[in-house]
Amino acid sequence: MSDMYNVSSSSHIRSKDTSAKIMLYVAIALLPASVFGIWNFGLQALILILVCVATCVASEWIFEKLIQKKSTINDFSAVVTGLLLALNLPHTLPIWQAVLGSVFAIVIVKMLFGGLGQNFMNPALGGRCFLLVSFAGTMTSFTYDGVTGATPLALLKNGESVDTMKMLLGTTAGTIGETSVIAILIGAIFLILMGVIDLTIPASYILSFGVFVLLFGGHGFDVTYLTAHLCGGGLMLGAFFMATDYVTSPITPMGKVVFGIVLGILTGLFRLFGANAEGVSFAIILGNLLVPIIEKFTIPRAFGQKKEVK
Amino acid sequence: MGLMTFKGGVHPHDGKEFSKDKPIRELLPKDELVFPVSQHIGAPASPVVAVGDTVLRGQKIAEAGGFVSAPIYSSVSGKVKAIQPRRGAVGDMVNSIIIENDGEMKEVEYVPTENVTALSKEEIIGKVKEAGVVGMGGAGFPTHVKLSPKEPDKIEYIIANCAECEPYLTADYRRMLENPKELIEGMRIVLQLFDHAKGLFGIEDNKPDCIAKMQELTKDEPRMEVCPLQTKYPQGGERQLIYATTHREINSTMLPADAGCIVDNVETLISIYKAVKLGKPVMNRIFTVTGDAVAEPGNFDICLGMSYGEVLEAAGGFKVQPEKIISGGPMMGFSMFGLDIPTTKTSSSLLCLAKDDVAASETTACINCGRCVSACPEQIIPTRLAKMAGYGDMAGFEKWNGMECIECGSCSYICPAKIPLAQSIRTMKKQILAERRKK
Repeated sequence: MSDMYNVSSSSHIRSKDTSAKIMLYVAIALLPASVFGIWNFGLQALILILVCVATCVASEWIFEKLIQKKSTINDFSAVVTGLLLALNLPHTLPIWQAVLGSVFAIVIVKMLFGGLGQNFMNPALGGRCFLLVSFAGTMTSFTYDGVTGATPLALLKNGESVDTMKMLLGTTAGTIGETSVIAILIGAIFLILMGVIDLTIPASYILSFGVFVLLFGGHGFDVTYLTAHLCGGGLMLGAFFMATDYVTSPITPMGKVVFGIVLGILTGLFRLFGANAEGVSFAIILGNLLVPIIEKFTIPRAFGQKKEVK
Repeated sequence: MGLMTFKGGVHPHDGKEFSKDKPIRELLPKDELVFPVSQHIGAPASPVVAVGDTVLRGQKIAEAGGFVSAPIYSSVSGKVKAIQPRRGAVGDMVNSIIIENDGEMKEVEYVPTENVTALSKEEIIGKVKEAGVVGMGGAGFPTHVKLSPKEPDKIEYIIANCAECEPYLTADYRRMLENPKELIEGMRIVLQLFDHAKGLFGIEDNKPDCIAKMQELTKDEPRMEVCPLQTKYPQGGERQLIYATTHREINSTMLPADAGCIVDNVETLISIYKAVKLGKPVMNRIFTVTGDAVAEPGNFDICLGMSYGEVLEAAGGFKVQPEKIISGGPMMGFSMFGLDIPTTKTSSSLLCLAKDDVAASETTACINCGRCVSACPEQIIPTRLAKMAGYGDMAGFEKWNGMECIECGSCSYICPAKIPLAQSIRTMKKQILAERRKK
């Protein structure tokens, strides 16, 4: 045979999308919340964001160097992890603690389980929860405008009144990226328009959580109370950016709905009946652990099949 | 919206602009033609000529090897030079009859049918069978078998697959524009076999001229209807087309006839017309030569048995050296080592791509993004199935409905991690089928 051409099994064309591009979109979508966080909390927030991102990328690079694997840092997933982790931290957190959290997120939660796509828990949230149990003091002390103050959720838990308008805008105490519902939604809409996420998980999460609060919140149908719960804490950031993490959420269409509902119920339980005011992070990492079993029970009916397969 | 379609699918760049406006050109073959005895699904045909025999165009050179099989006819006049294995488009060696063309194109005398409506159903099926008509969209399933379902009274729809959803291909498109009447006559003949059936022409809406033309020509045909379809790959997949046009679903264990449907491709219906009305066997077909590496892409009326290389020459050869050449479309076609391969009844095109996407893309880790799930027209989970295929987990593969895969390749196309999902699934399906046969 004189001329040999490439031979492979069909299909022979590939779309232009790459995993790196998707991760980049997620990072871009987090910018409104990041910029708002920096504006709201100042230079300390900016430093923390940069430190987390740099540490995450560096620890992935070093880890892969040590185990002599090809570097995967240009897939941008470490950038996203660092950014998400930073947005989940109070701006007053000591830098060395943020570094520790970042290393934990990348090395323990992600790389030790095989790297991108293999981790069963959201790395950023794994890192945050690690910090939360290790350094409860600094992780739960929030200052706003130089004054130590409670987050809106903490106020709500103590039965005090909150300003829901401020919560929408984000001019309240909280972690760097969670306070502004508007900034988060701008990013979320971008992701939805770019086809990176769809509404299944966020909608079922937020709706089921809302119903839970209505049923068990003890306030009946109190719009202000409900709005405060929806806009407060990490719910919006969690629902749109962390519950939708591809790797740690179910891939089956029905499983996504179940996952969202599980998160809604867990978050409700933690917030209303737990010791802490907040519960989104723990709800999501617990939900992550349930993903395999959720998928097992939600294998979809294939096209043309008469009934569900058991 | 509002157009008929199915759930899932992808929108690859359609590439049809290269050849869609090129009218069909007849090609006369040169010296040597190669006729593989297996150009269809089923038993190979057995040669009825010997080396040294003189044959005419339209003469049977191999007869059907069973009920699920089809005879093969010479497309030129000349002399049988050899009967030996030759490489086919799929890459395997197939026993082939090689004919030295004398260039005179002396034909046998065909027996046309004056009045088709006077033919009995058995006579029609007999003519289709004798002419060697097979599914010319690519599958190559013998058409007379398709036209002989167990319960012909239960067939309610004859669906003409005019979707041509594979990117780049324009053979069916040109056929519809240039020979719409033959297509309609082909449909009329099939409808004559099924008293309760309606004929549907499923055409993607990226061919508005075909839709208009077919609508115009069928407006006084109470038993025929044109169904404009949303342009989306794999709209012309048999199960997807049936669902889009009739909302009936079939799975891998069913035949279209189980849903009261029979699906035939444009070229097949035209071959039925030629077989029944004109008495001509399958010797020619429309063939697209296209791609960014071809000098003058076009559509050709080829004599079967010509080599891909010979047809390429008619299209001006290469403009640039391609990295990949494909028999068929980019989604389900077969890539070939070289051009010295004969065209057969199921060859719809030669696609020459200057750049090979597959070689250029690097596979990275699956991030579970679910794009393959959204794209899958069978609503299965390609990435899980591909993983199970990797582990050799047959039980899991079947539990997750892996056998429902139609191998359309949408998952591999869409995957941002460039994982060869469809390829893994295809291999696993073959292994499971082989395992089943052992039992």
